[in-house]
This record gives sequence, C-alpha cells and structure tokens, in this order.
Amino acid sequence: MRRGNKVWSWFVMIIGILYFFLPLVGTFIFSLKAKLGVLSFKAYANTFNDPAFIYNFSFSAIWAVLTIVVGILLFVPTAFLIRLKVPKFRSAVEFITLLPFVVPAIVFVFGLVRTFSQPPLLIVNSPALLVAGYTVLSMPYMYRAVDTGLRAIDVRTLTEAGQSLGAGWGRILFDIILPNIRVAILSGAFLSFAIVIGELILAQYLVKPAFAPYMAYMIQQKAYEPAAMAIISFALTWAAMGLISLVGRGGGQAQVGGGH
Amino acid sequence: MTVSDSIKRDAPEARPARQKISWAWLGVMPFFIFAFLFLIYPSSTIGVRSFIDSKTHAFTLKYIIDLFTTRYILEAYWISIQISLITSFGGGIFGFLLAYAAIRGGLPKFMRSSLMTFCGVASNFAGVPLAFAFIALLSPAGILTGWLRALGYNPYFHGFTLYTFWGLSMVYMYFQFPLMVLIIAPAIDGLRREWLEASENLGASPFQYWRYVALPILLPSILGTMILLFGNSFGAYATAQALTGGQINLVTIVIGAQLSGDVLGDPGLGYALALGMVIVMALAITGYTVLQRRTERWLK
Repeated sequence: MRRGNKVWSWFVMIIGILYFFLPLVGTFIFSLKAKLGVLSFKAYANTFNDPAFIYNFSFSAIWAVLTIVVGILLFVPTAFLIRLKVPKFRSAVEFITLLPFVVPAIVFVFGLVRTFSQPPLLIVNSPALLVAGYTVLSMPYMYRAVDTGLRAIDVRTLTEAGQSLGAGWGRILFDIILPNIRVAILSGAFLSFAIVIGELILAQYLVKPAFAPYMAYMIQQKAYEPAAMAIISFALTWAAMGLISLVGRGGGQAQVGGGH
Repeated sequence: MTVSDSIKRDAPEARPARQKISWAWLGVMPFFIFAFLFLIYPSSTIGVRSFIDSKTHAFTLKYIIDLFTTRYILEAYWISIQISLITSFGGGIFGFLLAYAAIRGGLPKFMRSSLMTFCGVASNFAGVPLAFAFIALLSPAGILTGWLRALGYNPYFHGFTLYTFWGLSMVYMYFQFPLMVLIIAPAIDGLRREWLEASENLGASPFQYWRYVALPILLPSILGTMILLFGNSFGAYATAQALTGGQINLVTIVIGAQLSGDVLGDPGLGYALALGMVIVMALAITGYTVLQRRTERWLK
C-alpha cells in the first residue's frame, strides 16, 4: 500500500507541475520568437522601449503606492483602536473588510461609476476615486495583515510604556506600533502592489492609464510583446510573493487574493 | 491560615480609577466613513435601484421578474453557474489530491513548501496575463498546439477551442486548484497520524479509513472550500474578458457591457443583474464560513 501510495502522489504532483509550468514555458518561448527564425529578447526590448508601456506601467506603480499609503493610514489606526479601546466595533469592522469578497469587482465598479457620475457626487473622473477603489479591493488583505501583526505583539504594554514615557497618540502609533508590525504591513503592501498592478476592471471603467488595460489592448494588436508583458507580470507577482515569504519568515501565513 | 493571606484580606481595597469618557470611537470613524462612502453606499445603491423604475422612479418588481424571464440573462447566469460548478468541483478535487500528495503522500519535504509557494503565486496570477499565457500555449498558433501538430494531432481538428466554454474552464482551473491547495492544507495537517495507525491496527482497509475516519472530518472543509471556489469563479471578469474579448456570455461580462453601453436596454435591469450576482456570492461565502467552522473543531 505504501509504495502504491507514493507512485500515485508523484503522478498527481507531476500533473500539477505540468499544469503550473506549461503555460509559463509556452509564454516564455512565445515571447522569444519576435525575430523570425531565431530566439531573441526583441519583444522585451520593444516593450521596454515603448513609451506607452512606460507611461501605463508607471501609472500603475503610482496607483499601487498611493493605495498602500492610504491603506496604512486608514487601517493601522483602526485596527489598533479596535484592539485596544473599542473592541465592540470589531465584528462590524471585520464584516466590512470581508465585503469586497461578496461584491465582485465588476459589480463594485458598476456601483462606483453609477454613484459618482451624477451630482452632487461627480468625482468619477478624479484619480482619488480610483485610489479609493483600489484601497477597497486591497482592504481584505491589508486590514487582515495589519490585524494579524497586531495580534502577535503586546499592544497594551507597548502603548502603556509609551504613555508613561510621555508619548502622544501619534507618536505611539507611528514610532512604536508601526515599526513593531512592519513585517505584517510589508506583506500586506506587497500583496496590494501585486493586486493593483494586475487589476483590469477599475482602471478600465474609470478610464485611467494602467498596466492591465494597456496589456489587454496590446493582446488585440500584437503577438509577441504581450507575451513579454505576461512574463514581466508573472515575475512581478512572483517577486511580491517571494518578498512576502522572505520578510514573513516564522509566523507568516499564505496570502491569497487577486483580481480574476 | 498563612500570614500573606491575612494581609491580603485586611489590605484596604484600592480606590477604583475614575471612569474616563472614551473618545477612541472617534478614531475609528475615518474607517467607517471611508467604507460607507466607497463601498457600502455604492453597493447598496445597486440593491435599491433594482427596485426603482429608471423612468418613472416608482417602486417596481419588473426588473426582478425580467431577471427570471429574459432568455439572454438566464443564459448568462446558466453559463456562469456551469463554469463555476465545473471549475470549483474539478479544481477542488485536483487541489485536494495535490495537497494530500504533498503533505501525506510520502514525497520529499521540499515538495510541500515549493507547492505552497507556487500556489501562492498561481492563485494571484490571474486576469489579463493569465489569459495571454494560455493564448500563447493553446491558441491555434500556440506553442503546445504546435508541438501537438508536429506529433500529428491538431486539437483544433477535434473540436477544441480555447475561446469558448471548455477553454475558459481550463484557464480558470489555473487559479482554482492552487486556492484549494492553500485553504485545504491546514485541514489535511489536522488529520492525525494516530488515527490512521489506530484504524490500521484495528484492521481497517484504506477504503474504510477514508470512508469512516478521514472523509467525515475533511468533507465539510472540502465542500466549504469548493463553495468558495464557486464564488471565486462566479465573480471572475478580467480573465474571461481578456481571453474571449467579451465574446462569452457570462454574467460578469454582461454587467461590464451594460456599464459601457446600455446593452440590456434599461439601466434598471443592469442593477438587478448585479444584485443577483451579490446574492449568489453572499450565499457562497456564508456556506463556506458555516462549513469551515464545522471542520475547525477537529483542528485544534
């Protein structure tokens, strides 16, 4: 029985490995075929020399950084106060942070566009709405990352120590609590980064420059450059996940998410 | 009675600290205001406007009725449900087998941690790049198609197309089974080796072990996670949009089309469509939570 067991395990594993790697290998080979007859990195060179790629990708990076900053400013004080001062709001906050799972992104953006494209809330063209939308999409991951980080440290003792040394709330939050949960914040931030960079729906329907809509457009136009972009995007996802497990060694947990 | 006891008893009670009024709730208000403005209010308008006639602004049930009587909409829901059922069931079974093989299958230790890392990446690798990865692999000009053709087998001569139902299911599987692996792994870890040894010592066959010990413990978790996968696929938009260019009739695609141009002929119907989607998702998440709680009893 034991040996049969092992053969069977290898069999399942090999199918899994094939399923995982074949599309990547296929895309990679495809991306090398831009020059007729030889393998080359021409598609990558074309991509990096394309001003439109740089333009859209930079905007995605800016959206991602803004989303992370807003997320930290919004979720760290909230999670801290919930844990320390107002635990009665805990279930309400947890319910809200899980809502983005219940409302699919396409439904969410439908609501956003319809709500904010008529007076008095006419902000559908503002980049702020896009960043707010991304903050909502990354909320389940960012908030939970922060909350998990706070659970691992002794918030009460740290706060009381800070208070007896005369620190104000801002100082306690940003000079004492924040550095102590930086690992958790970093893993939430990397995940948010991966989500925002790969996200299609929000940028597409709020009509803002971003990487995913640009790539979706390029799929219709070109063959090899999108392959290069898919590989770049995969490498970024991999880097984000790698950094999460790197900073989170010990006590880190697997994070799942993404805009499908 | 010892000395310290008497001291304790006789010591005067400390004066209780004066209750301070807490202003801490003010500190959580930015979060609630943000959530209300950008999540709860926009989402609830969908619910409200599904019941309001877009022309007369009076209460109406006609959109909800249209939802169940318009053929195009019913078809969209049916295709979305079919694809979600197939990929959640298939992805669930395969993900479970994979996780079990890596954790309890007698494979080298490093397989487990690499599998977890791969799954973390794969479950996050979705949308446009994923769609293109499969185009590069399996479109008529794709790499694997080329290899198969060289072997004398052209899948496109045998009814295969990447851009329709089965092709899309195949692509969805790429983010479905890794999610299953990630969520089910702790449950498999919770299966104690003693239970297997005990049942073997009592003369149970592997089938009996699975039928009477392992499956009853794991089943709620497996079903719960499959329900979560169902929701994961039901709400997916970007992958399908990028793969088929919007040519497949899924609920999410119809909602997207309704947003860019009123394809349903009435804005109100779009809200009802979105509302139906939220209800299905809410049921899926609730089902997952309830079933997950049942397994947790065993996993202490």
